[in-house]
Amino acid sequence: MKRRMVRLHALILFVVLAVTITACGGNGNANNGKSGNNGAAPAATNSETTAEASPDAKEELPPVKLLNVSYDPTRELYEEFNQAFAAYWLKEKNQKVEIDQSHGGSGKQARAVIDGLKADVVTLALGYDVDALREKDLLDENWQQQFERNSSPYTSTIVFLVRKGNPKGIQDWNDLLKDGVEVITPNPKTSGGARWNYLAAWGYALKHNNNDEEAAKQFVKELFQHVPVLDTGARGSTTTFTERGIGDVLLAWENEAYLSINELGPDKFDIVYPSISILAEPPVAVVDKVVDERGTREVAEAYLQYLYTEEGQRIAGKNYYRPTNEAIAEEFKDQFPALELLTIDQDFGGWNEAQTKHFADGGIFDQIYTPGS
Amino acid sequence: MKGSKKRSVLPGFRLSLGFTLFYLSLLVLIPLAGIFIKSFELSWAEFWSAVTNPRVLASYRISFSTALWAGLINAVFGLLIAWVLVRYRFPGKKIIDSLIDIPFALPTAVAGIALTTIYSKTGWIGSLLEPLGIKIAYTQAGITIALIFIGLPFVVRTVQPVLQDLESETEDAAATLGSYRFRTFRKVILPGIMPALLTGFALAFARGIGEYGSVVFISGNMPMRTEIAPLLIMTKLEQYDYAGATAIAAVMLIVSFILLLVINLLQWRMQRRAEANV
Amino acid sequence: MAGAITVFGSKEEIKRPKHNTEHPVVQGLLIGAALLFIGLVIVLPLVTVFAEAFKKGAAVYFEALSEPDALSALKLTLIVAVIAVPLNTIFGVAAAWVISKFKFRGKNLLITLIDLPFAVSPVIAGLIYMLMFGAQGFLGPWLDEQGIQIMFAIPGIVLATVFVTVPFVARELIPLMQAQGVQEEEAAASLGAKGWSIFWRVTLPNIKWGLLYGVILSNARAMGEFGAVSVVSGHIRGQTNTLPLHVEILYNEYQFSASFAVASLLVMLAVLTLIVKAIVEWKSSAH
Repeated sequence: MKRRMVRLHALILFVVLAVTITACGGNGNANNGKSGNNGAAPAATNSETTAEASPDAKEELPPVKLLNVSYDPTRELYEEFNQAFAAYWLKEKNQKVEIDQSHGGSGKQARAVIDGLKADVVTLALGYDVDALREKDLLDENWQQQFERNSSPYTSTIVFLVRKGNPKGIQDWNDLLKDGVEVITPNPKTSGGARWNYLAAWGYALKHNNNDEEAAKQFVKELFQHVPVLDTGARGSTTTFTERGIGDVLLAWENEAYLSINELGPDKFDIVYPSISILAEPPVAVVDKVVDERGTREVAEAYLQYLYTEEGQRIAGKNYYRPTNEAIAEEFKDQFPALELLTIDQDFGGWNEAQTKHFADGGIFDQIYTPGS
Repeated sequence: MKGSKKRSVLPGFRLSLGFTLFYLSLLVLIPLAGIFIKSFELSWAEFWSAVTNPRVLASYRISFSTALWAGLINAVFGLLIAWVLVRYRFPGKKIIDSLIDIPFALPTAVAGIALTTIYSKTGWIGSLLEPLGIKIAYTQAGITIALIFIGLPFVVRTVQPVLQDLESETEDAAATLGSYRFRTFRKVILPGIMPALLTGFALAFARGIGEYGSVVFISGNMPMRTEIAPLLIMTKLEQYDYAGATAIAAVMLIVSFILLLVINLLQWRMQRRAEANV
Repeated sequence: MAGAITVFGSKEEIKRPKHNTEHPVVQGLLIGAALLFIGLVIVLPLVTVFAEAFKKGAAVYFEALSEPDALSALKLTLIVAVIAVPLNTIFGVAAAWVISKFKFRGKNLLITLIDLPFAVSPVIAGLIYMLMFGAQGFLGPWLDEQGIQIMFAIPGIVLATVFVTVPFVARELIPLMQAQGVQEEEAAASLGAKGWSIFWRVTLPNIKWGLLYGVILSNARAMGEFGAVSVVSGHIRGQTNTLPLHVEILYNEYQFSASFAVASLLVMLAVLTLIVKAIVEWKSSAH
């Protein structure tokens, strides 16, 4: 009798737990199913309507959702761009599109997508991070050829942000090594922007030492001895420099530097362009696996393609990214002074080589911090 | 169960034990086992080099030493606060007592941001200390302060009830025997609360080793100097090095587990001895 | 075993005889030192949160709180707490019952295992579920085929939250129930009372305040968890951001005042929790 009671209670408790757990699971499932439907339905109708019906007969299509997983400093850019694209898409296809945003360190974001974050498109800081997705077969081998200009609709570069009036007289990379100069940069291990920072410094050192790698190594080593705080992301570094008042110079994305001046006070900071910097090409890509699953390929591709249109380019320029469209770039030429820019492919042999050599465990960056090497 | 001397008349042993084990296994143990399974993807040599890399060793050292300092400071001040709250009367005591739980409830990221705001050189305290050449934010002292914040309630809340239950007769006896107050404290009170104090310290310490959210903001994350072990796990993850990340995590897990087990056993023995003495 | 966090019912203090307490000056010094420490460690950060939140005025403050993303983060935070806390409450009661009312081998080990989530880094807590349910994890591919999304969705956030709050109720009840012993339950059993009725009629009334306190604490912790949730959330604005994550996002957008405003909301939730707790204690001492 007692036994039976116990068993019964055990059963009840088990059922309660199971129901609660499956309820959570079901919840996610339901969400998933819902968005899946949203995605799948328009895809099916799209391919038919675009093929057969004339564009004039704009029947209203069920709304669609996209998830754009991006890196830290693009929040403002995509906030504006998403609205522009949504308006364009509604006009063009009579379909509402809602774009969800996720921002964070570039590597962290790529990892989330690898771990199952259902991103339709990624707009990251480095080609290396998109390559990581390709390695897991989330997207096509030739993703970099899918869109124009290496799939980088806008570019940027690395500049110096200094305190107003440039009290330490910082003009170029070698000034960063002067006594008493404190340099703020995020950690290249965790931040995409910081890798561009590091490589720009490396490129400068190579150029000024007749391509002597040992001298370049010594240069970056000394440079990082001037760094008092290594934040994990670009935004963390900017906060450290601007809000906490640490450091004399911030190595920053050009767009971050402009943004901090605008957001945090034009009377507090100046931008200094070094003699040489690096052409940062933040890539965009459609995550094939996700868009095929959700049936969102058409809108996802149109979304990224729209970055190359005049409106997309102008929004990029307004948010301090260098437009790649020459006509639009001309409009913004006062904003973006020309300077000598190294490129990752020509000067560093592509991301894979740069990554293994400099940033992988035991690479040159690790050696800087490991005593006795 | 075979171990019990006499069968309890109370019902529900199998049910409650079964459910407890089921729940713990499903939500805690099996997922934690995943860490070890994943780290087996490395060969022994790879595992060893992943967990003994100089930067990793430095991060253990930093995590353990700052957690130890924070634990010790919390043990002293936690005891003091528990003592004051139990023994004395003063206005606002109730409010003070409630405040102790705040660190349990405040998100660690908020704590981290707030502490960095206070202790960086533009902050309320940082700006006072900066001219004296004392730096708190972005040093190990900053990490320690964050861990003190996180760990304080563990000590206070463990010691408080024990202090409350401590019989005043034994103190009376000691006092009548002519002991000085401090001697009474050392000889009578301290041994009585030692197990609880130790538990509180151990929990604060264990929590401190693993703390992430509040520390990353204030630490500055400098390799070899202020880079904590959980941050290295994050760093490895972001470089898609899952096995390396789990290797460090496995080491931290084993340490936490041993630490807790030792404390629980120690306490159990102290309790037994105390019961034997009665 | 003294509990990790134990209800501190404020019993009426008995006035201590003079020889058995400290000199008033010493008392004053000790109280002063304790207050100073609490002021520095706990009050100052709290004040900072509110000072920063209102730096740009009340308008910015309320705007930050009524923004859609903040509201959806609040909603998600509450949903997660509503699922995670009852689960851990059932678990805590069962665990405390078996540990405090029975003797069995391996009890210390069991207690240690229950404590473990206190000591496991939140980062690891997030990582373990990623290894289980992530797309590259042990169960990931299978879940993906079934179309079940656990990571970067509510279930993953719930799991991570459950993990970090597992010990709270159990640790609250164990010392309490141990101190109460088994006499009352045994008496009820000898009078013929059956399983659940012993629990409902005898045990529960004895532990209800402790239980409530445990629930309150785990609720507070559930709403405030950052590290573990950050690993499994995916940070999709308006969808998988809990309040603590929303704080970080605003902070990263240079909206410092808004960020602290949302943080202050969490502080107020915590303070509300503590007020409820104070009422609980007052009731239990009256009881």
